[in-house]
Amino acid sequence: MMSVPLESSLPPAIVLDEVTRSFNHRTIIDHVSLTVQQGELFGLLGPSGSGKTTLIKLMAGIDRADSGSAHMFGVHLPKLEMLHRFGYMAQSDALYMELSGRQNMAFFGKLYGLKRAVLKQRIEEAARLVNLTEHLNKQVAAYSGGMKRRLSLAIALMHQPSLLVLDEPTVGIDPVLRRSIWQELRSLAAQGTTIIVTTHVMDEAEKCDRLGLIREGRFIAVDTPANLLAQTGSSSIEEAFITLGTRMEGGAVR
Amino acid sequence: MRVSALALRIMQQFVRDRRTLALLFIAPLFVLTLMKFVFDGQSVSPDIGIAEMPAALTEQLTSSDADIQSYSSIDEAMADLRKGNLDAVLTVNNGRPSITLEGSDPSTNKAVLLLLQNILREHVNIDTSLVVSYLHGSADMASFDSFGPVLIGFFSFFFVFLLAGVSFLRERTSGTLERLLATPIRRHEIVVGYLAGFGVFALLQATLIAAYSVKVLDMYMVGSIGYMLLINLLLALTALTLGTLLSSFASTEFQIIQFIPIVIVPQAFFSGLFNLEAMNPWLQKISNIMPLYYGADAMRGIMIRGEGWGDFGVDAYVLLGFSALFALLNVIALRKHRQL
Ligand SMILES: Nc1ncnc2c1ncn2[C@@H]1O[C@H](COP(=O)(O)OP(=O)(O)OP(=O)(O)O)[C@@H](O)[C@H]1O
Ligand SMILES: [Mg+2]
Repeated sequence: MMSVPLESSLPPAIVLDEVTRSFNHRTIIDHVSLTVQQGELFGLLGPSGSGKTTLIKLMAGIDRADSGSAHMFGVHLPKLEMLHRFGYMAQSDALYMELSGRQNMAFFGKLYGLKRAVLKQRIEEAARLVNLTEHLNKQVAAYSGGMKRRLSLAIALMHQPSLLVLDEPTVGIDPVLRRSIWQELRSLAAQGTTIIVTTHVMDEAEKCDRLGLIREGRFIAVDTPANLLAQTGSSSIEEAFITLGTRMEGGAVR
Repeated sequence: MRVSALALRIMQQFVRDRRTLALLFIAPLFVLTLMKFVFDGQSVSPDIGIAEMPAALTEQLTSSDADIQSYSSIDEAMADLRKGNLDAVLTVNNGRPSITLEGSDPSTNKAVLLLLQNILREHVNIDTSLVVSYLHGSADMASFDSFGPVLIGFFSFFFVFLLAGVSFLRERTSGTLERLLATPIRRHEIVVGYLAGFGVFALLQATLIAAYSVKVLDMYMVGSIGYMLLINLLLALTALTLGTLLSSFASTEFQIIQFIPIVIVPQAFFSGLFNLEAMNPWLQKISNIMPLYYGADAMRGIMIRGEGWGDFGVDAYVLLGFSALFALLNVIALRKHRQL
């Protein structure tokens, strides 16, 4: 099922080792270890407040762990050069409302060092991918929620990073466009791009190579969707998640 | 490259935001105009140097409201007047009293003249027509001409402070700062980009205010307009770096507003809008840590006394120092969001 064998000679895209992160003395991420291989499409699934956003920020090196270590492509984080290597889509759209979609894209593109001709071409490509081409010259303040989401995604894709970190990329996007975006993500993964994505949508979860089910800052399971189904004897990821959740609770009580 | 991208973005945002542009460009002109109509002088006890005077007159002066200092020669007294230690120098030439006023502050001029006229009227053995001359300025200089330079500096500072503070805060609260810090931009590039982007508007604002004050409001101006712009720009840079720095300690726009009574108003008091001579000298020293004090001092020097670089250079360097310090602290404050 996995597209890249574990014994690959490439360094893993992400290695987390016993990573812990607390806010205000509350442990949000609790001794989490994880390895994501290059070219993998890894999904993070978990209830609201379980620590998905916190965890992917640690993976990207945007946030720093209180203890434990994080490596990206074999490089210890945080490291400035590694910020070139991934594209990030935050859970809340971080866009400049006064600017047009194109100006937003151009701004971020330039931060990644894209030069004029390439920049122009990449803007067109990324916009086409998320179906925003005809709205590029509109002010972002006039965008709908889904359009803003798509613009954020386009910005994350623009510099063709080898790692994509997407925090709930398809919220507010209609089913048709969502399907085409997932097709694109799959094809990027097939070309070797590592993708880490958080989601609440179960049918999206099934499209991932591997899933990490997270609860209260800990993984309750990390496996391929097929194995998770088999292991729990469920017919859907949703069911598997609930079964695993109650198992964990049961274990904790008894 | 990244700096220019950031500067360009700030400019693009600005151009789309008409209200803010108006605040930056129109509001200062409006308030300056109002001030011109409203301003009135206030009384102070002047420092008067005297030299080569009849003893009787000296005695009478000493018992008056003024702080009188005796000099052995007129040249010594004039030297102190030039240094700004005195408000006026009084002497008697061929039996006629002759006064030289420092002239920068019309309310002081008035106070000196009134005082002398009262004393001389009682003193009958001297021709009472007073010969008045001015070191700087002239008899028709109004109060506003003296406060004007300070006000110009104040508005450059105030509006840029507010705008920079709010924009940087928004960058943080809207999540774009976090997004920005997920790109390879360096912390100092963010600070420099902000300086460059806002700097352009600050320069435009400074030019507009200067031109309006001199050409339309007809403010007294004998110095170089280039120097005036330079000081205005330096003040704006200080305001910009201070505004962005303090915005790290605010979490809403309203909290930025709360900085006004703490940071802006005291500077207005100490910048020379009000005469500080009556204040405890120890308290007067507080002005040394206030950027606006240096800006106002330089602006006054340039506009009223026609000072050159040699005279206000120190002020300019101090402002530059403030900007550099605040910018550096900004870069450090950004560490809170990203270590690198
Ligand atoms: N900067 C912060 N300061 C304080 N607490 C935080 C901070 N960031 C996250 N938390 C806390 O950490 C916990 C996990 O938050 P996180 O955003 O990672 O959840 P999530 O799994 O992404 O949830 P959602 O699905 O709703 O996005 C929450 O309880 C949140 O209150
Ligand atoms: Mg989240």
